[in-house]
Amino acid sequence: MRSALTVLVAGWCILTTGGDASAASPLEIQRALEADARQAAPGFAGFSAQRGQQFFNARHGGDWSCATCHTSDPRQPGTHATTGKAIAPLAPAGNPDRFTSPARVEKWFRRNCNDVLRRACTPLEKGDVLAWLMSLGR
Amino acid sequence: MRTDAPRRDPRRTAIGAALGLLAVLAVAGATAAGDRDRMAPPPNAAWKTECGACHLPYPPRLLPARSWRAIMSELDRHFGTDASLDPAQAAEIASFLERHAGRERGGAAPLRITETPWFRREHREVPVAVWARPSVGSPANCAACHRTAEQGDYDDDTVTIPR
Repeated sequence: MRSALTVLVAGWCILTTGGDASAASPLEIQRALEADARQAAPGFAGFSAQRGQQFFNARHGGDWSCATCHTSDPRQPGTHATTGKAIAPLAPAGNPDRFTSPARVEKWFRRNCNDVLRRACTPLEKGDVLAWLMSLGR
Repeated sequence: MRTDAPRRDPRRTAIGAALGLLAVLAVAGATAAGDRDRMAPPPNAAWKTECGACHLPYPPRLLPARSWRAIMSELDRHFGTDASLDPAQAAEIASFLERHAGRERGGAAPLRITETPWFRREHREVPVAVWARPSVGSPANCAACHRTAEQGDYDDDTVTIPR
């Protein structure tokens, strides 16, 4: 099954060959996740920023949460839990570069979900988190 | 390429030769600069961006090719985190690392730079307590003391050990 985010990644790669001019917006990425979520669960009733915030701060049975590195206010810079390297803010309000490249979004959800949950995140979980991040104002 | 060489426009050939000479000079310049601090490889954007996303992009010559090969073959289990890349990018970075890797000594291919005899020798005067300081964190944090590490310069003169 080909996900909408994958299609967006592929389309974005074709469009941006040799340049970075046609980057996606957080809203476009959210729409792709919405299509994936609808396909995964026919009863899909929209993303929830509140669920996203809970998910972001939960440890999911392991040592880390998303907030471990990104802090519980992701408009602020974070710190890598093992290397100590500074992490630029994750919320678009704190960093307009975030959620503008479908390939980067896919790469980091893949890696970080594996680190925090030891599995891939569902489209609903990703969309909830993005909904919360997008809801954070300046 | 070679088969259509005789049919080339001579002006183009001259421009090509000039560009080629410039490229050679640029590489020679980069090598000379690299020799000074002994760490700076010729720049590779993927290496810098991808490795540098989570930690300082460690200079390829700090580990032998066999070590880099092992590290790059299990990026999804990279020192406790998933650092997986798409296969094309992983291949490009692996080839860069192996091309500029250090020499293999005594048949050992350690996975951690801090476990190489070279690293231990170079840092033998650093007291254990220094590594544990919050301002340093771990021996993997080169830039804590090597203030110009990001530019590939690890010269002793640029070292300042933080309090």
